[in-house]
Amino acid sequence: MSWQVKLVALAIAAVLLGIVFELVRTRRLREEYSVLWFLTGITIVLMTVFFEVLVWLTRLLGSVYPSSIFFFFALVFLMAISLHYAIRVSRLTSQLKNLAQKVALLEHATRDRVLDEASTR
Amino acid sequence: MTVPATDTTPVLATRAETLVLIPAYCEENNILRVIGNIRREVPEVDILVIDDGSSDRTRDLAISAGVHVVSHPINMGYGTALQTGFKFALQHGYEQVVQIDGDGQHDPAYIPRLIERMRTGSLDVVLGSRFLDVESYRVPLARRVGQVLFGMIASRVLGRSISDPTTGYQALTRRAVALYASDLFPVDYPDADVIILAHLAGLKIDEVGVKMFPNAENKSMHSGFAPFYYVFKMCLSIAVTLLRERPRVAA
Repeated sequence: MSWQVKLVALAIAAVLLGIVFELVRTRRLREEYSVLWFLTGITIVLMTVFFEVLVWLTRLLGSVYPSSIFFFFALVFLMAISLHYAIRVSRLTSQLKNLAQKVALLEHATRDRVLDEASTR
Repeated sequence: MTVPATDTTPVLATRAETLVLIPAYCEENNILRVIGNIRREVPEVDILVIDDGSSDRTRDLAISAGVHVVSHPINMGYGTALQTGFKFALQHGYEQVVQIDGDGQHDPAYIPRLIERMRTGSLDVVLGSRFLDVESYRVPLARRVGQVLFGMIASRVLGRSISDPTTGYQALTRRAVALYASDLFPVDYPDADVIILAHLAGLKIDEVGVKMFPNAENKSMHSGFAPFYYVFKMCLSIAVTLLRERPRVAA
C-alpha cells in the first residue's frame, strides 16, 4: 500500500470520526447510534496502519487482491448496519403504534369527562 | 407468552354489553349512514368509531352522531385502528365486540346473527363470510385467489373449513378481544394469520353467512395493497405464528 493511499484513507477516517463526534456533541446524533460509526472510522484506521493483517486475511481466504477483501468486509459491515436500523425502525413503529393508540384512548376519556362535568353543572 | 385479560379497569360506566367497532379512514360520505343503519338494526349496542387520522370530517360527523369516537393522531392503518378498538373494549369492560367496516360494505342486519351464533355455540370468534348461504357480491379474481389460498391454509390448520379468511365482519368475545389487544396481533394486515393465532390460543371459531355489498367508491382499505407483499406477508406471518410459542389467554 503506497503512502499516498494510506494518507487518503487516514484523512477519510479522521474526517468521519470528527463529523460523528461533532454530531454527538451538538446532539444531532444520539450516543447509542454513534457506536457503529465510530467503529467504522476506527476500522479504517486499523486497516491502514496494520495493512499486513489485511494481506494475511486475503491469503487466508484464497483471494488475490487485498482491496477486494476490504470491499467485501465493508459491504458485509454496511449490511449489518442496515439490518440494525431495520430492527430499530421496527421497534419504533411498534412504540409509535402503542403511543398513537394511547393518545386516542386518553383523548376520548378526557372528552367524556368534560362532557360529564358540563352536564352535571 | 401470556396475554393479560385483567387489564380492564373500567374508566367509564359501561352502558351496553356489546360494542360495535367501526374502523374508519376518510369515510365522511359513509359514516353517518353506517352508524344510522347499525342503530336501526341493533339499537341496544354501543358504537365506537375509530377514526384513523382522517383528513376529512369523519371524526366530527361521528362525534355529532353521539357515538364513542377515538381518533388516531396520525394515520396508522386498518389493523392498528381495529386494535385500538379492542383496547377500548377491554378498558370499558364490554362482554363482546362486533367489528364492521366503515365504508358500508357490511350489512349490519347480520349483527344479531353473528352474536346469536357466538352465544348458542359458546364460541369466541364468529366470522362473517360472504361465501356461505347469503347472496353477496362477487370478489375480484386477484383477491379471490389470495382468499382461497389462505383459506385453505387456515382450514388445514384449524381442521375445519374457513371460507372467508379476509373478512372484516366478525363477532368476538372478551377473551378473543384480550388476545387481539396484545402485541401478538399482527396489526399491519390482520387476516388468516389472526384466525390461526386465535385457534392456537384455544379460542373456538365458527363462521356464518353475511351479506356484503361491493364498495361503491372502491376505496376499500385493502385496495391498492400490493398483492405480492400481501402474499409474502401472509405466508411469513402464518409461518412465524405457527412456529412461535403457543399464546395463552387468561380466561
